[in-house]
Amino acid sequence: MLTRRRLLEGAGAGIAVAGGGLDVPPLFAANPVGVALSPGMPAGLDSAAAMEALPGKQPLIKLSYRPPNYESPLEYFDTPITPNDRFYVRYHLSEIPGVDAKTYKIAVGGDGASGQTEITFDELKNFPAYEVVAVNQCSGNRRGLSKPHVPGVQWGHGAMGCARWKGARLKDLLDKVGLKKEAIEIAFNGAEGPAFDKTPDFVKSLPVWKAVDESTLIAYQMNGEPLPHFNGYPARLVVPGWTGTYWMKHLIAINASTKPLGGFWMNPAYRIPVGEFPVVARFITQETATTTPITEMVVNSLITSHVDGAQVKVGKIAVRGLAWDGGYGIRAVEASTDGGQTWAAATLGDDLGRYAFRPWSFVLTAERGKNTVMVNATNKIGQTQTAELLFNPAGYHNNVMQSVTLNAA
Amino acid sequence: MRVVVFAMVAAIAGAGATAACAEEKPVELKPGPGLDKVEDNCGACHSLDYIQMNSPFLNAAGWNAEVTKMIKAFGAPINDADAKVIVDYLAKNYGM
Repeated sequence: MLTRRRLLEGAGAGIAVAGGGLDVPPLFAANPVGVALSPGMPAGLDSAAAMEALPGKQPLIKLSYRPPNYESPLEYFDTPITPNDRFYVRYHLSEIPGVDAKTYKIAVGGDGASGQTEITFDELKNFPAYEVVAVNQCSGNRRGLSKPHVPGVQWGHGAMGCARWKGARLKDLLDKVGLKKEAIEIAFNGAEGPAFDKTPDFVKSLPVWKAVDESTLIAYQMNGEPLPHFNGYPARLVVPGWTGTYWMKHLIAINASTKPLGGFWMNPAYRIPVGEFPVVARFITQETATTTPITEMVVNSLITSHVDGAQVKVGKIAVRGLAWDGGYGIRAVEASTDGGQTWAAATLGDDLGRYAFRPWSFVLTAERGKNTVMVNATNKIGQTQTAELLFNPAGYHNNVMQSVTLNAA
Repeated sequence: MRVVVFAMVAAIAGAGATAACAEEKPVELKPGPGLDKVEDNCGACHSLDYIQMNSPFLNAAGWNAEVTKMIKAFGAPINDADAKVIVDYLAKNYGM
């Protein structure tokens, strides 16, 4: 059993090495440079946000301690694969047990299944293994940039990461118990629970069609290593293309259901207004006349090489970044240096798969003074980013084209 | 029923495991009438940096909606009198 003491000792050892052999390493490695917040974020973040390292993690931008919500700073996105110790952390509930892989089990059953079973960690690893490189992005990434601001975790740009996930297909586990034809949703629970017993447990469901997709995995490896505790050890759901809310961490129960899953986390949480966003993937058994569950990610991009207001030298500047979408794949990234009047194609980097971050780069010839670069990604079904925010009360799906101004001298 | 089954499984999986959580540094909110009730009630379920982070853009009605959500949706055991004190504190110190 992974106890708090052991977890902290393990993390302490890592910090001691990195810090050059401190005898009693601090739990948190404070970052003396502080936190660079994007313009437009709530001013109260100046008090809440701090660079702090969770056990086993590099310093991340701490937004809340309990439940832990930590986002990755911009400099951690300099590669299309996000290292495990730089990957963001997001929890809904604050009682997060250390799970022992030796006694870990996933209960599989439900009224939509013909049978039921329990899968141990060893049994999970004995299923045929598959790998997928996929972006995990919180539904509320960039909520802090909403105009007007909306309540919730005030994420900047870093509630996302991309990893190579390895695990068993969810479909193969479901085949062990057999799905009844009446099954409409597959529901999931993780090991974490609320601090107070009246608080709704975090349970989520997927439509059957997405659950049995060949890319939907129960992952026990992340970038070739066991999952970090704070990213769902020992196993989590990986739902490529869909927002992080469905990627249940510390997965302990899978229930096939003949009825739509209820509860706070399915409705009213994680809902978008019907028809507001150009999403293809629908979750029909959960739709109402006015709202529908958030599903696939909208096409988006991030400039990772420069922050707004960066100082550069006159001349050729490589502006780099990442683009991603809900799994159709990135077709093009274009950059504009004249406020969107004309656009030039950026050069796309390695294609790690249609669910992955796609790197891109663009050479700006910086002239003395202000140089503005705006970026727009297009996916393979022709969707692009939006020029203006599509406001919604929960602050989801912010894919407004980003613009940075570089000061050249 | 489904949720009950989930809860039981969670209890079993968590048995014997201690929470591997982040250590929480003290979050100091602005001094003022009602701060004690905010710390006792809000802080029981989540760290108080949630309040700082969500400021200063909610008005009194906005903070009232948040506190009501904590009571109605999340089951926070806060009585009406305390809820009013909490909303007043939040609106005055972290409102717009």
